[in-house]
Amino acid sequence: MHRFANPARFMRLSAALLPWCAVASALLIGIGLYLALFVAPPDYQQGEAVRIMFIHVPAAWMASFVYAVMALASAIALIWRHPLADIAAQSAAPLGAGFTLLCLVTGSLWGEPMWGTWWVWDARLTSVLVLFFLYLGYIALVNAFDEPVRGARAGAILALVGVVNLPIIKFSVDWWNTLHQPASVFRMGGPTIDASMLWPLLIMALGFTLLFVTLLMIRMRTALIAAKIRALRVAEIEF
Amino acid sequence: MSAFRRLVARDLRLALRQGGDAATVVAFFVLTVVLFPFGVGPEAALLARIAAGIVWVTALLAALLSLERIFQADYEDGSLEALALMPLPLEAQVLAKCLAHWLVTGLPLTLVAPLLALLLHLDAAGYPALLLGMALGTPTLSLIGAIGAALSLGARRGGVLLSLLVLPLYIPVLIFGVAAIEAAIGGFPARPHLLLLGALLAAALPLAPLAAAAALRQALE
Repeated sequence: MHRFANPARFMRLSAALLPWCAVASALLIGIGLYLALFVAPPDYQQGEAVRIMFIHVPAAWMASFVYAVMALASAIALIWRHPLADIAAQSAAPLGAGFTLLCLVTGSLWGEPMWGTWWVWDARLTSVLVLFFLYLGYIALVNAFDEPVRGARAGAILALVGVVNLPIIKFSVDWWNTLHQPASVFRMGGPTIDASMLWPLLIMALGFTLLFVTLLMIRMRTALIAAKIRALRVAEIEF
Repeated sequence: MSAFRRLVARDLRLALRQGGDAATVVAFFVLTVVLFPFGVGPEAALLARIAAGIVWVTALLAALLSLERIFQADYEDGSLEALALMPLPLEAQVLAKCLAHWLVTGLPLTLVAPLLALLLHLDAAGYPALLLGMALGTPTLSLIGAIGAALSLGARRGGVLLSLLVLPLYIPVLIFGVAAIEAAIGGFPARPHLLLLGALLAAALPLAPLAAAAALRQALE
């Protein structure tokens, strides 16, 4: 792992990977959207509105996944003082907040025609909202200190504390009897969703994941370059 | 063990001598609850319907208000660094400070809550659930709050930041606290909700001091 602690090596590696990830994510999301909007059949109950699912569900997966990535990076940063892990966690946070917001907004748009309401205080919705606030709290905490190192440390601890929310989100639909439907893809006994809808969904999910990887690399590269510029400025002042 | 006891006694003495921490928190609690009849109207049926929620939300805010005091003063005058050198592990010190904080805020809040519920015409069946729920829930609030208080030490706009960090983590306590009272009033057993509150406390008791002590260590570096 410490092979990748070298920023110069990371810059080289990410520069090589970045175009591939960007193109692959654009292709997958393009194909996924085409399949989702034109090929997949309308639902027998929900009609055309079911197509919101192809954005909503991958966004929801990403909301939890990005938090898990952030928490893992925070743990690595705290345990091994890995310099890139801190940057990775901080760069992932706004992306995760974005995916969570996308999930909440599309869910709201989907809820209006299906449940007849924009919002209900259901366990799944509430726990995702809490996840959104956790992201915001993390971002605020990281930026609240004069020394960036302290912000990073404090943020890492907060990210690990917030992990308790992840299982609550995942199992909220099983523990409480709610309006939100229970899991239909990742469950014991295989998915209950039809293949004609499952495939576009999985392609979209993969596309979203690659989009996250692409954006994360861009943000990490920007953060590293910004740090280098700051170091150069400070060196200039000292002369 | 005696170091633990002495630390609790020190924090209690400081809280009592520095002038009415407990009194301020309770006054805030009472005043905020009293605002509600002015805000939503004095109609008894309506107040009784929302009494459980009002009391719990206000207690949450009152507990939040006093969190900064757990570590802030010790951090500013440097005694936190002296405490960190004690043979007593930092985790145990956090636990001692949480206990002291609960004794000056959580306990008075628990004792005053039934009185305020009376003002709001809470159904008689709800009182045992309210009292038990507050007794189980408020220590959790102190423990989770200690993490936020330790994390925001030395931050800019610490107070506002603290509420942003801590309130999302307080939501489960609020949910089960109110659910216990609602269940009791509706004629259902309040026991499952109270057990869940107990479970939250049982989880926070060992885990929160670990996180708060880690946060203190990085604040003292």
